[in-house]
Amino acid sequence: MSAVLALLAAVATPAPYAYVQLRDPAQEAQARALMAELRCLVCQGQSIADSDADMAGDMRSLVRERIAAGEEPAAVREWLIGRYGDYVTYDPPLSAATAPLWIAPILLLGLGAWIARASLKRRRG
Amino acid sequence: MRRWLIWAPLAAFALLFAVVAAGLFRPAERVVRSGLVGKPVPEFALDPLIPGKPGLSSATLRGGEPRLVNMFASWCVPCIAEAPQLIALKRQGVRIDGVAVRDSTAALRGFLRRNGDPFDRIGDDKARAVQLALGSAGIPESFVVDGRGVIRHQHIGYIRPDDVPKLLAEIEKAR
Amino acid sequence: MAEAGLAALWLAAALALAQLALAGLGLRRPELLGSVRPVAVTQGALVAFAMAMLMGVFWTSDMSVRLVATNSHSAKPLLYKVTGAWGNHEGSMLLWVTILGLAGAAVAWFERRLDERTLVATLGAQGLIALGFYAFLLFSSNPFARLNPAAPEGLGLNPVLQDPGLAFHPPTLYAGYVGLSVAFSFAVGALVTRDVGPSFARAMRPWVLAAWVLLTIGITAGSYWAYYELGWGGYWFWDPVENASLMPWLAATALLHSVTVLATRDGLRAWTVMLAVVAFSMSMLGTFLVRSGILTSVHAFAVDPERGAFILALLGLYIGGALALFAARIGAVRSGAPFDLVSREAGLVANNLLLSVILGIVLIGTLYPLAAAAFGAQLSVGPPFFNKTAGVIALVLVALIGAGPLIRWRRDDGQAVLGRMTWPIAATLFTAAGLFAFNGPMSPLPFLGLSLAVGLAVASIVPLLGRNLRRTPLFTWGMVLAHLGVAVSLAGMASDAAFTDERLVAARVGERTNVGPYAVTLLGIAPRIGENWTALEGRLTAERDGEATPLHPQSRFFSDPATTTSESAILTTADGQLYAVLGQPDGQGQWQLRLWWKPYVTFIWLGGALIALGGALSLLGRLGRERRTRMREVWA
Repeated sequence: MSAVLALLAAVATPAPYAYVQLRDPAQEAQARALMAELRCLVCQGQSIADSDADMAGDMRSLVRERIAAGEEPAAVREWLIGRYGDYVTYDPPLSAATAPLWIAPILLLGLGAWIARASLKRRRG
Repeated sequence: MRRWLIWAPLAAFALLFAVVAAGLFRPAERVVRSGLVGKPVPEFALDPLIPGKPGLSSATLRGGEPRLVNMFASWCVPCIAEAPQLIALKRQGVRIDGVAVRDSTAALRGFLRRNGDPFDRIGDDKARAVQLALGSAGIPESFVVDGRGVIRHQHIGYIRPDDVPKLLAEIEKAR
Repeated sequence: MAEAGLAALWLAAALALAQLALAGLGLRRPELLGSVRPVAVTQGALVAFAMAMLMGVFWTSDMSVRLVATNSHSAKPLLYKVTGAWGNHEGSMLLWVTILGLAGAAVAWFERRLDERTLVATLGAQGLIALGFYAFLLFSSNPFARLNPAAPEGLGLNPVLQDPGLAFHPPTLYAGYVGLSVAFSFAVGALVTRDVGPSFARAMRPWVLAAWVLLTIGITAGSYWAYYELGWGGYWFWDPVENASLMPWLAATALLHSVTVLATRDGLRAWTVMLAVVAFSMSMLGTFLVRSGILTSVHAFAVDPERGAFILALLGLYIGGALALFAARIGAVRSGAPFDLVSREAGLVANNLLLSVILGIVLIGTLYPLAAAAFGAQLSVGPPFFNKTAGVIALVLVALIGAGPLIRWRRDDGQAVLGRMTWPIAATLFTAAGLFAFNGPMSPLPFLGLSLAVGLAVASIVPLLGRNLRRTPLFTWGMVLAHLGVAVSLAGMASDAAFTDERLVAARVGERTNVGPYAVTLLGIAPRIGENWTALEGRLTAERDGEATPLHPQSRFFSDPATTTSESAILTTADGQLYAVLGQPDGQGQWQLRLWWKPYVTFIWLGGALIALGGALSLLGRLGRERRTRMREVWA
């Protein structure tokens, strides 16, 4: 029984800014935007902005604290990517591994336009 | 329509099929590795959690000798499973430091009493600040840090009995 | 009862084989053609009988049937006993082929306009699809397997799954998928006989419409379920399971529009056939992604790699085969009727193109992490990627939706089209200026979204102007409603993104928090006890303009298995929703409260419902008109 209570106690105390917003609305908005694109590492595909996992709470707290301390969101993101790799962000940074992903939409649009043009030409002829 | 274009959908589908089949039959590993392996331990200083046992700071990890930094917690069930292996490593002369993640003095005391205490130091990582700084995605997890404070190896998940020789070899390499 | 069901299943499988064989032979020996329809009808009746038997053993809680013993319980409410028949893998697969069999029977029974050879080829393709699923059921997932000795009691009494939404969600989606499979079979049939034309499109259209309506309902309901269940106010996460349901819908939407071009103007022949194949392949791929669990998702499912392999094999066989047939045959299909650069057809080509590009982006984005993993790269693709790519293209598409119905078939004058667009364009610019003046700078997507939504709402009713509304055909009303639904839904999304007010607080009893137009006070916390959970219930009161409404969000603890869930409390008003969640206590008298004021968020699902209603009206209109023409033909 005491073990169960201790377990609850350990889980129940959230990090300072896990469920508390920053005073400055502009900073909170920055933090909010960044949290929405960071992946919760222990969840099944959720961002830290909408997860109840306590590790997600700790990550939210870390993001808010760093932004409150005046760090740029991009710097916080870089810091996390340096530790957890591209896996931690839902917004894959452009690199050799993600170039095909980012080029694909443009390629698809181009391909579509080309097919449409070809078929229109034929239809009008 | 040009001849080859007619076969393009089939080719695209073949590619798609290959991707999902590869995903099904050769599932990729789902652990997240730290990007800090090969880099120096970030600066940190954790308070002690147990009276009489010193806390942990990055400075002590540059003491000239390789150390094993174990992230654990009293509320973590696999941590109980790996405790005997930590004791075995300790007996082989490995210096082990602990980072207690989100823990309390009372609960941790009980855990050490039941499962043994191989730790030279235990730092109190209240809000996972150090766990996140090290790029650790879960517990238990262990880092081999060399004498100059550089992370040389990351072991993800609990240490099984057959992981002990591997970890010993990593410690040797870090000397 | 179980044995009767199993026997019926074997017979149905044999008939599916016969259906395929007779169709294959019948294309060469016309005397066999007539036998295919009765076989299809009988097959449908038999598989429906098997499904009824399965529901029967669940109804009577026959614990000697393994599936019942592992998934049901004698103490379950009767409704959930019966719907529990498809709340598991085997039963859901049987439900799938049941709907498939019934659809095949309906095609055989009702379809009279299509060339007989094409129809028989279509039924042959249906037989082939059904055969694969029968093999799956009979060889690896027999729902009627007995348990010896019988279990004293069933294992399944998980009340989390006893939810009317969850009971009827699978049949809705499956019926949608089956509708797309019928469209696929028509496409294969038409390719076999090289008979791709308006009559083929007219035969296929009601099935596509029905499937599209059901998928729309499924996605809308699923999104609302995630919204109230997950407890953070999000309604769409670009999660793999959500994408798996979105992809068939996108393909079906494109197909719906191209099939109209084919039926009305005899254009876009190859493209329509292609889309029918793509739409069905996306529904199979979706089933595969969900069932195999190769992608991690919030919406957890019981997964099994072996079953995944079976579905994958069927996917490869059907789609690979159809695409090969497409490549071999489409050259023989004559190209359709010509049209101009400014014409309804060209507009629909652009619509199809953009929908296909969005579909391609969603597909690539969903599977990219899997492909990257094969090369050792670990990465995540989520909302920022999809919003920046598919989201932007979707906004262009929205502008096009407004213009499309205002362009004439075959040939139109650009100047005249712009003239008809005056009001919608004015509404868009007016909204944009208003937002800019009164709300200041906003993020670009919600800003464009709101402006275009208002423009589209105006544009969508322009086709009704100057018409006698009583004589306007039902399917025109359907189109107007569906397009209006898109505008409404988009407005809801943009409003939620731009104007949501979020308050995360640690509140003491008696403390007031302002969120949006409300002042929320925590009155106290009370324990509640449910069937298999205990809960802490927050007693909140929300005040607005002197009027107080109680709100009771709960934090529930389930003991078996030990889980905590938050039950959000939602207050719905005409201008938005107040969404309240009770979090953890801090041990010193404070409780975490998460409060959101979400203006017009309900528009998202209201729009979805309008889209589905529009589709249903179109379907009724088309079926009604066809019945009338047929009667006229009979009398003439």
